[in-house]
Amino acid sequence: MSDSTLILLALALPLVFSGVIAITGANRNLRDSLMVASAVVLFMTVVSILPSVAAGARPSVELFDIIPGLALGFEIEPLGMIFALVASGLWVLTSLYGIGYMRGAHEKHQTRFFACFSIAIFAALGVAFAENMFTLFIFYEVLSLSTYPLVAHKGTEEAKRGARIYLGLLLGTSIGLMLPAMLVTWWLTGTLSFQPGGILQDNVSRGVGAVLLILYMFGIGKAALMPFHRWLPSAMVAPTPVSALLHAVAVVKAGVFTVLKVSVYLFGLDYLQSLWSADFVMWVAAFTLLSASIVALQKTNLKARLAYSTVSQLSYIVLGAMLANQLSITGGGLHIVMHAFGKITLFFCAGAIYVAAHKTEISQMDGLGRKMPITMFAFLLGALSVIGAPPLGGFWSKWHLMLGAVDAQQQIMIAVFLISTLLNIAYLLPPVVRAFLLAPPKEDEEKEEEDGHGDHESHGVGHRFGLAEAPLLCLIPLSLTAIGTLLLFFFVDPILGLIQSIFTGVM
Amino acid sequence: MTLSEQFPILVVILPMFVAPLLAMLASRGQLPWLIATATSALTFAIAITLTAEVLQSGTIEYILGDWPVPFGIGLTIGPLSAMMLMIISGASTVALVAGRESMNAEVGSVHQSLLYSCWLLALTGLLGIAATGDAFNIFVFMEISSLASYVMVANGPNRQALTASFKYLVTGTLGATFYLVGVGYLYMMTGTLNIADMAQRLGEVSDTLPIFIAAGFVMLGLALKAALFPMHAWMPNAYQFAPTPVAIFFAACSTKVALFVMLRFEYVLFLPNLGQQATFLSSLLIPLCVGGFLVGSAVAIFERDLKRMLGYSSVAQLAYIVLGISLASGAGVTAAMIHFFNHALIKAALFVAVAGMIIRFGSSSLDQLAGVGKRMPLTVLGFVLAGVSLIGVPLTAGFISKWYLIQAVLNEGGLGIVLTALILVSSLMAVVYIWKVVEVAYFKEPADGQEGTARQEAPLPLLVVLWVLVAANFWFGIDPSLPIGLATQEASSLMGGMQ
Amino acid sequence: MTLLGLYNYWIYILLLVVGLYAVLVKSNYVKRMIGLGIFQSAVFLLFITMDKVEGGTGPIMRGIPDPDQLFSNPLPQVLILTAIVVGIAVTALGLALAIRIREEYGTIEESEIRRQDHES
Repeated sequence: MSDSTLILLALALPLVFSGVIAITGANRNLRDSLMVASAVVLFMTVVSILPSVAAGARPSVELFDIIPGLALGFEIEPLGMIFALVASGLWVLTSLYGIGYMRGAHEKHQTRFFACFSIAIFAALGVAFAENMFTLFIFYEVLSLSTYPLVAHKGTEEAKRGARIYLGLLLGTSIGLMLPAMLVTWWLTGTLSFQPGGILQDNVSRGVGAVLLILYMFGIGKAALMPFHRWLPSAMVAPTPVSALLHAVAVVKAGVFTVLKVSVYLFGLDYLQSLWSADFVMWVAAFTLLSASIVALQKTNLKARLAYSTVSQLSYIVLGAMLANQLSITGGGLHIVMHAFGKITLFFCAGAIYVAAHKTEISQMDGLGRKMPITMFAFLLGALSVIGAPPLGGFWSKWHLMLGAVDAQQQIMIAVFLISTLLNIAYLLPPVVRAFLLAPPKEDEEKEEEDGHGDHESHGVGHRFGLAEAPLLCLIPLSLTAIGTLLLFFFVDPILGLIQSIFTGVM
Repeated sequence: MTLSEQFPILVVILPMFVAPLLAMLASRGQLPWLIATATSALTFAIAITLTAEVLQSGTIEYILGDWPVPFGIGLTIGPLSAMMLMIISGASTVALVAGRESMNAEVGSVHQSLLYSCWLLALTGLLGIAATGDAFNIFVFMEISSLASYVMVANGPNRQALTASFKYLVTGTLGATFYLVGVGYLYMMTGTLNIADMAQRLGEVSDTLPIFIAAGFVMLGLALKAALFPMHAWMPNAYQFAPTPVAIFFAACSTKVALFVMLRFEYVLFLPNLGQQATFLSSLLIPLCVGGFLVGSAVAIFERDLKRMLGYSSVAQLAYIVLGISLASGAGVTAAMIHFFNHALIKAALFVAVAGMIIRFGSSSLDQLAGVGKRMPLTVLGFVLAGVSLIGVPLTAGFISKWYLIQAVLNEGGLGIVLTALILVSSLMAVVYIWKVVEVAYFKEPADGQEGTARQEAPLPLLVVLWVLVAANFWFGIDPSLPIGLATQEASSLMGGMQ
Repeated sequence: MTLLGLYNYWIYILLLVVGLYAVLVKSNYVKRMIGLGIFQSAVFLLFITMDKVEGGTGPIMRGIPDPDQLFSNPLPQVLILTAIVVGIAVTALGLALAIRIREEYGTIEESEIRRQDHES
């Protein structure tokens, strides 16, 4: 099958399946197995495009012109390939997890949930494969709209409010900032296609380019740059599989991916280095990095803490983009992968803790390691990866980012990275430590006496061993992603090579 | 003499001949509706044929009664006229098909045949304005359609329809009379009423002051008719209290016709011949447009009644069109024309969805529509998708209009940046009021007394029409070659005439 | 023609403004209709004034006209006839609406109607 067909297939698959899911909704098992099957097929389709891209090819499909001169088109280059692989790969695991979680927590409206899920992946792949900014924008908006029902899922006042902030910020930034930037770019250069070396170099003066950069960077709301980051913590009202999707698989990754894409292929690294606003955005990213970490320290709700951690981690990538050299971009690209695996592990664990032990606050997590050892160990691995400690994958991305800072002669950024690492340790390790080293609170022990065994199905694995682990469908994904963070440390070369081929053209 | 050669005039007078027939068919059940819809559909078919012909062979000229043009009345059907013919007849057909049940519910059967008769007269008037090439003829058709409209609006179920209609009458007559004064001045200076002829003769007029005054009167009159800020107050009122099918029809096309005339006068007569003074006039319009889309969107956010909210939304959308016109550039007029087409699709879809809600829920007020999303999922989804087009999300028709408009605005340099920002601000305001509806429809619990009623969709014809319109919104958002083609063809001939 | 000699136009402006004033300021619906009527007759006056040719007679042909005879321009008169008819229709409709409003509200004063609407 030719690459072009594969691209179209990869896009069509989730879209078609969302329709199928909507129809087969009544039959739970059919729907759920279809969901997982489609995710697996999708991943395989995406993987089969990999060899061509790795060999230096740029498979593309141009559909048609929407506005004369602006086509709906797709072209795959290394960054997009990586994003697509991460998204489709983790989607398989998120689907499994989602099924386990939704059943375990007895959530309602599951059909609507999974149908929107599929559309979100469709949109994420569209963003990954986009050949020009126009196509990217279309799928970016579809992503915002299709995740709105997911965030507002619970239907409570709180959920509605959170969803309103979510959509308001995302649409506001995209329509208010990104769209004008696109319009001006089109007007000045006559094209919106992504090209190595960028399209602005010869057509746009430094002054205008600087303003455009600010519009683009703040307009990409999904990258959660302050002050437009508020939607991330607000989106925590959603069920945890949604948080996993948002944080690791689709939404924020689409945001930082767009940041990297715009930096490398619209602006071009040389042009970017010469803009004063690149420095400005870099400082904003640094500020976001640190202040989000400080806020995370103060949060007692586990998901809230993880949300602010994500805000901080995303700014790593934005910072890397603004440093505008090969090393920092490599670091940014790597961080998309590493952070995805690390964060998704953490979120999966948070969800498992909710389903199995009904706990949401960190203070309640004392001694949980005894009841849920697998989950908490996975949490440890994910936390270490986010912190950036070897032998976890997160180490490599931080390493490259710091090298990039040296290369750009912004040594102060190294200090920023280091302080942030310390803060990461401060807010990610305590939950693990408490789980393993402290004794469980009194109420828990009493509750257990009353509960007895033979509980409803929401309590999962390990009853026989005196454990109260999460359901199997939750446990497997989180274990796999945790192992992934470990493997990524050792097998980072292929990914590294793929990203670096952006600059050389061949792997 | 084939029949198809007579199409230009047929499209205008066909409804006119059927109207008296309907007036005689009082209280004959659904027969008046059937005849009205058939006639409307027929005119739509003819309009499409004419459009195809215009796209292929250029502007069609038709002379009435063999009187050659400066002395007689001629019809001129160019690309924009053809587009308007399609929009008007299409809106009429859509409103009739979707609105049958609403009409039965809101207007007693005794008056229905008379109302449909007026409907056809309004249709004649609007089509005539689009087709004719004579300035006074425009006045005549304008008044025919307006008088019929006043009657149609007054038939709303609520007694406030009467006062709304009265205010509409007063404002509309003022507008038409101002227009007449303007035409009078133009005749005084050129001695002709045919627009093309006038354009030629205006070039030879040395004293341009009366032309300038004429332009002022004409623009003012048409602005009153088009509900341009700050003379817009009559419109949301009229839409709210008119019978719902009437609201669908008017929202999609009636004020646009006034803008169509404005566009023609501006680009064919005033801009080429007034030079400096014309640009002055244009620059007067721009702040009014900005006021229109900001105030219109802002008030829409606070309205509790859906019809009224959509009325204010229309004020904003029409202001976009006038902005395009007032830029006095090829890009601007192209954007305005594209929005003629797209806005008709968007507003028609929105109003049809509201009609469905009124039929089942008895009210268009947000306070009483809680949870309607669960009871009428298809209808509300249609509303939301049309709303998405209104906001201007890519892949919809609304996005295409916004894209072209902002591209046109950017050509104005510094002012363009400010205007772009303001346009985007009002788009964001549109997000707010559409999302208000989404929240009430999907996420609010129904009030007591309304629970327990099972799912009850809008009537099938209405649903079909709604979804055809929604699909059209997406179709023309992905393949806008038809409106873009018509618009660019017209723009080049208009701008060419200005050289 | 002196400025004062153009008295037709002065009267037309005066009528225009008086009519407009009545329409905008008066709150009684019938008075508004009257204002509208005055406003429209101002326009009639304008058109008729413009078509009167100095020394011209009414544009009616009896037999073969004298080649030196001047006629006033018939076209604006035709336009005005049309406009008058339109004016009649508008007045009739407006007054019919006023009657219906009186039936429904018991009054034709704007302020009273607004008060009633507000209460309901």
